[in-house]
Amino acid sequence: MTFLQGIAASNGIAIAKAYRLVEPDLTFEKKEIADAVAEVERFRQAIATSKKELGAIRDRAQVELGTDKAAIFEAHLLVLSDPELNGPIEDKIQSEKVNAESALKETADMFVLMFEQMDNEYMKERAADIRDVTKRVLSHLLGVQIVNPSMIAEEVIIIAEDLTPSDTAQLNRKFVKGFTTNIGGRTSHSAIMARSMEIPAVVGTKTATEEINNGDLVIVDGLKGEVHINPTPELVDEYRKVHEEYEAQKVEWAKLVNEQTVSADGQHVELAANIGTPNDLKGVIENGGEGVGLYRTEFLYMGRDQLPTEEEQFESYKAVLEGMNGKPVVVRTLDIGGDKELPYLELPKELNPFLGFRAIRLCLEEQGIFRTQLRALLRASSYGNLKIMFPMIATLDEFRSAKAILEEEKQRLISEGKKVSEKIELGIMVEIPSTAVLADQFAKEVDFFSIGTNDLIQYTMAADRMNQRVAYLYQPYSPSILRLVKMVIDAAHAEGKWAGMCGEMAGDETAIPVLLGLGLDEFSMSATSILKARSLIKNLTKADMEKLALTVLNMQTTSQVIEAVNSATKQ
Amino acid sequence: MAEKQYKVTAETGIHARPATLLVQTASKFNSEIQLEYKGKKVNLKSIMGVMSLGIGQGADIVISAEGNDADDALASLTETLQKEGLAE
Repeated sequence: MTFLQGIAASNGIAIAKAYRLVEPDLTFEKKEIADAVAEVERFRQAIATSKKELGAIRDRAQVELGTDKAAIFEAHLLVLSDPELNGPIEDKIQSEKVNAESALKETADMFVLMFEQMDNEYMKERAADIRDVTKRVLSHLLGVQIVNPSMIAEEVIIIAEDLTPSDTAQLNRKFVKGFTTNIGGRTSHSAIMARSMEIPAVVGTKTATEEINNGDLVIVDGLKGEVHINPTPELVDEYRKVHEEYEAQKVEWAKLVNEQTVSADGQHVELAANIGTPNDLKGVIENGGEGVGLYRTEFLYMGRDQLPTEEEQFESYKAVLEGMNGKPVVVRTLDIGGDKELPYLELPKELNPFLGFRAIRLCLEEQGIFRTQLRALLRASSYGNLKIMFPMIATLDEFRSAKAILEEEKQRLISEGKKVSEKIELGIMVEIPSTAVLADQFAKEVDFFSIGTNDLIQYTMAADRMNQRVAYLYQPYSPSILRLVKMVIDAAHAEGKWAGMCGEMAGDETAIPVLLGLGLDEFSMSATSILKARSLIKNLTKADMEKLALTVLNMQTTSQVIEAVNSATKQ
Repeated sequence: MAEKQYKVTAETGIHARPATLLVQTASKFNSEIQLEYKGKKVNLKSIMGVMSLGIGQGADIVISAEGNDADDALASLTETLQKEGLAE
């Protein structure tokens, strides 16, 4: 029995036989050929067969995954018809008298290299498309069967180096119970596909294809990111139980979708979701989100070669506001810098990016970027319940400057005759200790606070959260952090404002009881955590949690806090 | 030979979907069709050629067609560009 640790990419447990989706052997020798005309014909045949195959995959993708996801195969088909690819290949076969395989490979490699060298992420991805297409044609030239996952007819777990778009489109949900790959992260293509197909998946195991043979019994634990190979019967039993519990739990949680989040003693709090794009709305609604507590607008700016226009942004914001149908949507203005780079802005490298020129600091300096975003937001405001918040505010002056710019753009839009909502709440992220400490003063001017715990913890502890060696200092339950959180919540309430939280901590089972006790008004988390949190809060009595909060605030260490929470919530 | 100049108005330039549309349209004709941008000419029937130009918003581009259906090709491409709001 072997065990692999990877990255949990898609929730759930799958137990089934392994099916290796491994690259077929596409090696060949460069050969001189006698009949160039016949060779060109052989090449054209391979192209024709590939087109037919891809057409079928596209049709299937259209049905199973939707037009958006099928578009990629439309592009692949165009590559197969590209005269600038096919022409040179045929010329090469004729003039150099080489076999089609080598003419294809050499020509395609040239294009791959060309696209890879472009300084644009989008173009770089096109290199992968060309590789994908070339492989298919090559397999037909060589008469090698590309593994064909659409032919699978029993329950399996797919084992692969990585899964390409054409691989995933062919997966039959009825039989494919889960998958695991050597490479990839939570945001890689394969992981995103797994979540949209709701198949448990573990990616980034590094050695899955080496360790797992066809037919091995495999457990994919998409909750913890573990893969067990040929497990003992005891472990299988254990996991069957985990699986059943998870499924039963999901059914229980699903009943809470349309309910409000109310504690056992009748206190209401709002459970909202963190999103990155309008596409995430589906998950928010399916999981009963009462709002969007953090819309990370960075994704609009990433994975492209230029800034998004006002129009593009407007469309996205409008889609989210309309999609939430009047429920609150808190949009965070551009938070770039730190670990999130935008290559096309060509910002100088910094020694300490987390303490450097990022988020609101950048926006107040590069006002063109900021104003475009604010205009798009203001224009979208009449389509729903918009709240705007500024990230990384350290001083009141920063907030006032940002607010002044917003006001200017608002007046400008109004004088242009554009419709702007009159009820846009304006708040700040509290992630810098100076702001938490001075929250009572901020509360006089802002409409709300949203505590960004990921950064607040790293700045309070002076521990880089990307640095594994100081990872032990990432302590959300430390009394020091809890005291800062309390200061912020109390400051908001003293001025009749509300306080939310949008870091990982807001969805954390150990933190929730304390946060409820501290009086947090809004908890924003990943959509898939909402129902679990709602079910937890239903069983908590707010009055008791208030007592618990007071106790833990006066404790000395994180472990004491965890212990106190555990004993207070165990019934 | 038929030739026409355009200014790209699409905010995203000629990438991805717009490129696919143009190539699909051009491929319907027999004529040789070329796309010129910044002194570089590519075959408009080649998706890779078109994308390699990296045409952005505001770019001045020239499409030229040579062959028995050159005029039709140019008219059809102009229609695609305008209908999709890509260029004027």
